[in-house]
Amino acid sequence: MFQFDSFADFLIMDGHGVYVWVSYLVTLLVMVWLVIWPLIASRQTRNALRRSQARQQRFAERRGGSAEPDG
Amino acid sequence: MASFYQWFHRLGAPKSFYFLTEKWLPWLALATSVLLIIGTVWGLGFAPEDAKQGNSYRIIFIHVPAAFLSLAGYYVMAVAGAIGLVWRMKLSFMVMKAAAPIGAALTFVSLFTGALWGKPTWGTYWVWDARITSMLVLFFLYLGVLALQYAYRSGDAANKASAVLALVGTVNIPIIYKSVDWWYTLHQPATLKLTSASTIHPEMLYPLLVMIAAFYCFYALVLILATRAEILHRERRTAWVAELDGV
Repeated sequence: MFQFDSFADFLIMDGHGVYVWVSYLVTLLVMVWLVIWPLIASRQTRNALRRSQARQQRFAERRGGSAEPDG
Repeated sequence: MASFYQWFHRLGAPKSFYFLTEKWLPWLALATSVLLIIGTVWGLGFAPEDAKQGNSYRIIFIHVPAAFLSLAGYYVMAVAGAIGLVWRMKLSFMVMKAAAPIGAALTFVSLFTGALWGKPTWGTYWVWDARITSMLVLFFLYLGVLALQYAYRSGDAANKASAVLALVGTVNIPIIYKSVDWWYTLHQPATLKLTSASTIHPEMLYPLLVMIAAFYCFYALVLILATRAEILHRERRTAWVAELDGV
């Protein structure tokens, strides 16, 4: 059984709504951050790796003298 | 049994861990989302109102699971540190490092939601009470392990120092558990007990158990994600990471 008579009641929760909703909101934000930061960190590692691989390849091509003109 | 040891040994290699967990992630994410949605809707809207505390008690459905996992997470971090010290497993130090910010975040959640629950219930956001103060110490222990990771030039020294601090800090865990019994505190005694009946109505207990299960799944999910990020970073100069490109 839903415990509240209306959606407004559900938000207000007899005056306790602010405490309850802020708790849930902050918890949600922390949880989202915990999922997102390792994904961002992994992507940064990958991107750095890709850049250094490209740099090495350009360097190798230049030394080998077979380089096509690149930017 | 032999095959279990083989499996465990394989899991201990960062590369195998990275590929094995790749298959677990979607299932963990699914279980976490389903349990979190069910538990939150049940706890916020359908669990009955508390006779004494009114609706403010609905914070329990995140406060208790977050507190559980901040304590369990400390054991994960300390045990990972101990395994790293004793057997020099590379992976276990990575797990230890990954567990520190997650534990700190969950301890913050339990302190923050506790403060917001305290205001309408006790009339104050904060008291220097045994349970709350020992949880604050737990928060600083997590931050200490995190800080030590960045305090050394050499990764090896940082790992050892962090692991020692994590192990010494375990002395705080039983203090947190027992604080509500050993001292006269404002904090209510444990709601869930393994050895005797819980002091909570079943209609409030079931959504709480769902949320605890949800937080356990969530913890496993973010610990694996953070460990994978750490593996990529520390193994970035190896051939297998170089071959990952494009994924």
